[in-house]
Amino acid sequence: SPVAAETFGLGRAALPEEIAAWDKDVSPDGTGLPVGSGDVLTGEEVFAEQCAVCHGDFAEGVGNWPKLAGGAGTLADDDPLKTVGSYWPYLSTTWDYVNRSMPFGNAQTLEPDEVYAIVAYILYSNDLVDDEFVLSNETFEDVVLPNHDGFIVDDRIETEHSKWVGEPCMENCKEDVKVTMRAMVLDVTPDEGGDDIT
Amino acid sequence: MTQKTTGNSRRAFLKGAALSGVSLAAGKASAATPDPLITEVQPWASGLGDGVDETPYGLPIQYESDVVRRNVEWLTADTISSINFTPIHALDGTITPQGCAFERHHSGAIELKKEDYRLMINGLVDRPLVFTYADLERFPRENHVYFCECAANTGMEWAGAQLNGAQFTHGMIHNMEYTGVPLRTLLEEAGYDTAGKWVYVEGADASSNGRSIPMEKALDDVLVAFKANGEALRKEHGYPVRLVVPGWEGNMWVKWIRRIEVTDAPVESREETSKYTDTLEDGTSRKWTWEMDAKSVVTSPSPQSPITHGKGPLVITGLAWSGRGAITRVDVSKDGGKTWETARLAKPGEKMALTRFYLDTDWDGEEMMLQSRAMDDTGYVQPTKSQLREVRGLNSIYHNNCIQTWLVRSSGEAENVEVS
Repeated sequence: SPVAAETFGLGRAALPEEIAAWDKDVSPDGTGLPVGSGDVLTGEEVFAEQCAVCHGDFAEGVGNWPKLAGGAGTLADDDPLKTVGSYWPYLSTTWDYVNRSMPFGNAQTLEPDEVYAIVAYILYSNDLVDDEFVLSNETFEDVVLPNHDGFIVDDRIETEHSKWVGEPCMENCKEDVKVTMRAMVLDVTPDEGGDDIT
Repeated sequence: MTQKTTGNSRRAFLKGAALSGVSLAAGKASAATPDPLITEVQPWASGLGDGVDETPYGLPIQYESDVVRRNVEWLTADTISSINFTPIHALDGTITPQGCAFERHHSGAIELKKEDYRLMINGLVDRPLVFTYADLERFPRENHVYFCECAANTGMEWAGAQLNGAQFTHGMIHNMEYTGVPLRTLLEEAGYDTAGKWVYVEGADASSNGRSIPMEKALDDVLVAFKANGEALRKEHGYPVRLVVPGWEGNMWVKWIRRIEVTDAPVESREETSKYTDTLEDGTSRKWTWEMDAKSVVTSPSPQSPITHGKGPLVITGLAWSGRGAITRVDVSKDGGKTWETARLAKPGEKMALTRFYLDTDWDGEEMMLQSRAMDDTGYVQPTKSQLREVRGLNSIYHNNCIQTWLVRSSGEAENVEVS
């Protein structure tokens, strides 16, 4: 065929089993979700076993590890707390990311039902469902995360570029210049050799 | 965040100044006494150096041991999903040596040999395909130089002057000559469907780092690269194959790339929702902020590269780049932005690649507030941090391309500061 004539004939057909093994991404409308389910209480158990050592018993985070719950209404604060509940727009992302990349250091070891249960527990930890809730491929679309409408597509061309284009000032651009902040006061830069900051 | 109160930077500076005293004496135009480095036969002028079998693959000479990647422990929870920094304060020209080019991993630098490597194309294509590494080397190749800048470069500086050195404030960047196959070629090989408006790309590592890229960009200039600066990619940079996405934020340069899926909509993965979205002052956030805007920094003098030679001729140098095109001009100010001089570009700016600038000057030994200001071929002028904050507030985390100020004291010591 004419299309084939334009190709190099390199590579070979991907088999359905191979595509199924690697193509696991889940889209906001739920496309890609496997059949399965998990409830909050099961999720609490799995979470305690697999996740809580870093993310805390209540998904509140341990030390510097990410907090998965809390922070509702803080996005406009000086120090916003961005979690699944306060920030993430789509539940699909939570399912997809936990399924593919968690637990940290032991990824791709969870069964689909375990992932459903963990995600149900994360929803519960964010006060978004009650403790009876069962998340499944069928109930998935009932959940709309609070910050679903919190994102706009990059608008820098209109809001920034339009005003920062043109010949810039070269002479007498300011009356006076004062130092307002100094990194050496904070002093958090590693030493030569990079060994200290403890 | 841990704070320390000892004057490490000052100690380092004094050490540097002491060393330079030697070279200063030797470098005088007239000397009172003959220089023994000239009048006495030195060992290297009499004995023998290393044989050609000494170093099959060489490293820099030991005296350059400070030109290395550096980690800042307090930035991340561990060193696996973390960042390190290119020593841009000590480099010149534009090509980054791969061995000290920054790393950013989300589940560590994996070891993936060519024999085990597979690349899949699936989704909205006529022919879902699997390629081996050897297959990829049989497609027609291209060579291009591009910068890869982490979206978070300079991100710690949003709230104020924090880290004292160009390596730390601007070193999440490298610039290499890539060899690879246009992504377009591979998409055509699979016969992409015109209903496919996006490609979703993911890596072979545990984090996967999946990102959605609009088809227009995928068909334009994205490369599936297997060589950088003439040789195979380094393990930590995606060996054996990575994506090169010219001008766009480093996160999208998926390493160890294993799969390309043609889709009708973006996946909205973790790395384009939770991360790499930019929160504005009112609490809404920008998504899909792909391009890296025009930016520059003076690399020397700078906090890690103080002036140690006293007054007189001084080379002020730095880097400029833009994700939207080529750098056309860089201005330098010595007085915190009151007056500006146009610097000399070492070569005409190339699209979406680092550009080196120089301002050859005569330093009178007075304090300077050094700044650089890049312009690109769209006419965009690099903004100040105040201008950026007016639009975005303080919590964007990513895409901080503000003008940097170094306070250079009469001692030659330099410090990261903010100015009014």
